[in-house]
Amino acid sequence: MTPLKEDKTSSLDELFGEFSELTLENVTIEVDELKISLRPMVQQMARAAARAVLTGPKSLISAKFVPPLGEYTSSIHEVTIGSTKAGGGTRSKTVTIGGHTAPAWDLFQAPPKHPPIVAADVFDMPISLAKAVKMHYKEVMEDPAEWAKLVVDKFGADVVTLHLISTDRRLGDTSPSDAAKTIEEVLQAVKVPILIGSAGDPEKDGPVLAKAAEVCEGERTLLCSATVDVYEPIAVAAKKYDQVVLSWTSLDINQQKELNRRLVDWLRPEQIVIDPTTAALGYGLEYAFTMMQRMRLGGLLGDSELQYPISSGTTNAWAAREAWLNLPELGPRELRGPIWESVTALALLLAGNDLFMMMHPAAIKTIHDLVDWLRERRTTTADDYPDWTSISIPEGV
Amino acid sequence: MAKLPGPLEIYPLLPGTNCKVCGEANCMAFATKMAEHTVKLKACTPLYEEQKYAKKLTKLEDLVRPPIREITIGVGDKAVNIGGKLVLYRHDLRYSNPTAFFLDISDNLDSDGLAKRVKEIEDWTYIYIGQNLRLDGIALRGVSKDPKTFANAAKKLIELTEWPIMLCSLDPSMLAAAAMAIAHKRPLLYAATMDTWSEVGEIAVKHGLPLVAHTSGNLNDLATLVTTLRALGVNEIVLDPGTASKAGLGTTVDNFTQLRRSATVADNELFGFPLLSTPISVWADYQDGEAPELTKWDEVLTAASSIVRYSDIVVLHSLDMWTNLPLTFLRSNIYTDPVKPVAVEAGLVEFGEVGPDVPVMYTTNFALTYFTVESDIKQAGVNAYLVVVDTEGMSVQSAVAGRKLTADKVAESLQEYGVADKVNHRILISPGMAARISGETEEATGWTVKVGPQDSSGIPKYLQEGKWKEE
Repeated sequence: MTPLKEDKTSSLDELFGEFSELTLENVTIEVDELKISLRPMVQQMARAAARAVLTGPKSLISAKFVPPLGEYTSSIHEVTIGSTKAGGGTRSKTVTIGGHTAPAWDLFQAPPKHPPIVAADVFDMPISLAKAVKMHYKEVMEDPAEWAKLVVDKFGADVVTLHLISTDRRLGDTSPSDAAKTIEEVLQAVKVPILIGSAGDPEKDGPVLAKAAEVCEGERTLLCSATVDVYEPIAVAAKKYDQVVLSWTSLDINQQKELNRRLVDWLRPEQIVIDPTTAALGYGLEYAFTMMQRMRLGGLLGDSELQYPISSGTTNAWAAREAWLNLPELGPRELRGPIWESVTALALLLAGNDLFMMMHPAAIKTIHDLVDWLRERRTTTADDYPDWTSISIPEGV
Repeated sequence: MAKLPGPLEIYPLLPGTNCKVCGEANCMAFATKMAEHTVKLKACTPLYEEQKYAKKLTKLEDLVRPPIREITIGVGDKAVNIGGKLVLYRHDLRYSNPTAFFLDISDNLDSDGLAKRVKEIEDWTYIYIGQNLRLDGIALRGVSKDPKTFANAAKKLIELTEWPIMLCSLDPSMLAAAAMAIAHKRPLLYAATMDTWSEVGEIAVKHGLPLVAHTSGNLNDLATLVTTLRALGVNEIVLDPGTASKAGLGTTVDNFTQLRRSATVADNELFGFPLLSTPISVWADYQDGEAPELTKWDEVLTAASSIVRYSDIVVLHSLDMWTNLPLTFLRSNIYTDPVKPVAVEAGLVEFGEVGPDVPVMYTTNFALTYFTVESDIKQAGVNAYLVVVDTEGMSVQSAVAGRKLTADKVAESLQEYGVADKVNHRILISPGMAARISGETEEATGWTVKVGPQDSSGIPKYLQEGKWKEE
């Protein structure tokens, strides 16, 4: 376990909030016919085996494991978000994602160049949230700056995504310049890189994100998102103010390639992150999983339209009713919800996702732990493989 | 990648009589479906029944054997097949034989304790897209370290259940006693190690049982152990390179990936066997009296990693809904055939006794969305029309965002299914997630659009309140 910084929450029990049944102190989550076509090595072993059947082996027949290395001709682009004083910005650090030369977590091939990061979602107005999430945010729902501080200082988010949903014509129709004030407040409140999300309103997204690009000049923010319907004003502004763009499509790899092709008319490869849409565990997660696997492999095998780091709106996990329904027979929702978000994220982590947009503090912590555990081969000893067949587990747990 | 045989390689080995017993028009059609892995060889019964085809059958079986062998645990209807995998990535074709979940039982429980735990395992279920999600088998653990107790528990177990059983002990004398008692039920033996390969291998050969080869994280050891067991005459092997959790999880995931990649991509036949992981190992750190939730949390993470990274069978302890729901859902998702669109037919569905006054709702033809909405409407016990719009199998939220669900599509559907002639009102209830297009939909259809609940679980309450009828 990596010790957490002192000012951050260090045990899951706090993160579960008011789930009174949990008292989790001091816990860290912490042979008949030989086929001629057999390859020589196998052939040799099979012959040894065939001989042995007659005599019966008296001792172990030593064999070696050969790592099944693949050939990957290309790599994924590295994308840096945020900018420090040296780069003309005001952030205390930058984050870089991508740069991979191997399929996700194929450590025998190559470890990830940059480990995946977590962006916590912050909204510019109170929104309806599942109870198990809301309990952690109810004090800050009216104040995006305080909300951003909470996710960074308390929940350990690497970066913050400010979703300007109030700019939606149906949700308050906040003007681009008023939205810019909220961006400035959040930039003042936290020193980590920030990402800007639009409302998904086709009329407003262009002007809102163009304004965001302007007020974030020098900060190298990620503008979320350019879509097949609205991309030009965002790409133009990102080029002018040197920002990064999230290229978002809806579960269609050909559409993703097409949008990326259009974006490179304005942007350099280091300015693009891709998002094929995340559906929740149980509600179409396999589409996102397979899209991500195919995008990473396609990129590594030379498809220049797919060589970008990948982002996921993992908070979508909460769209699954099993995550939040108040049904005691399904177990406490204080656990059910965050495990749903965690497992959704874990599947996509293994598929090759680089940037997770998340909400529940326990799920955020879990993904940080998983990245730490998965990022390298540790030398394991026999103690790491206890004899589970004979351990005593108390009845009823 | 290992080359899978094509129809022209399969066809010459079939009888060539075009007898249609398999249900296909001719042998070539059958060969084509074999190559697509959509039919099983067993459907060609003449191959098995007529002696003159014996040689062809042997050659065919060799030809179509998947890179990962299929192994059967248990007997009868409840027997479970593991392995049989053809590809490394699901998008290369599809995965077969979903990861089998085996839940543990300690051999030192009394009769009532055994019966209670068996029932809990058998009864665990949840309805998902019109099917019952279930667990698959029972892992009997030799906690007593006494061969007699272990064998007796195995005997009691086969009286209590038809479910497949895995006999788990690292002590060969324990396995010998229990295998003797229940070999006819075809249990999976766990495990042969670098120390016990000779004795345990003999038990497996003697009773003709599948056997797990277990090592502690070292793949050279596993190569040595498997080579030796095969030399001993053990043909049905399950590979367990060891499951380390937390800081060891990276090594575990990497080992499983290397093994499966060796067999499917590098064509290394030595490792062409199912993989077993043991998320239950996390319980070795659990102290009596602690809150178990964090251990369960780790077990879920370890198991979820195993399901994604190639485990054909997992051994679990936790039986909670909150731990096994996400795992069974994940299994369903990963094992869904990526080629088949998960869609239902678009059209107009009637619930209860429909008349001119009943509400009209609409949804998408994504199977999961449709079945969820269907079950919620049925639960409400109301009479209603449901227009199922063709969104190319996408959910409401994705379809709205991806312009697969538009006002014009809704209008076309109303028109096509003649809904206006069936009811005396012009009120259409939209999914909450499609609120964004409600204005446009009013314009395109001329109907009044009422935005329904965000989640269809709110439908019963929404309809009962009757607000949809208000102006």
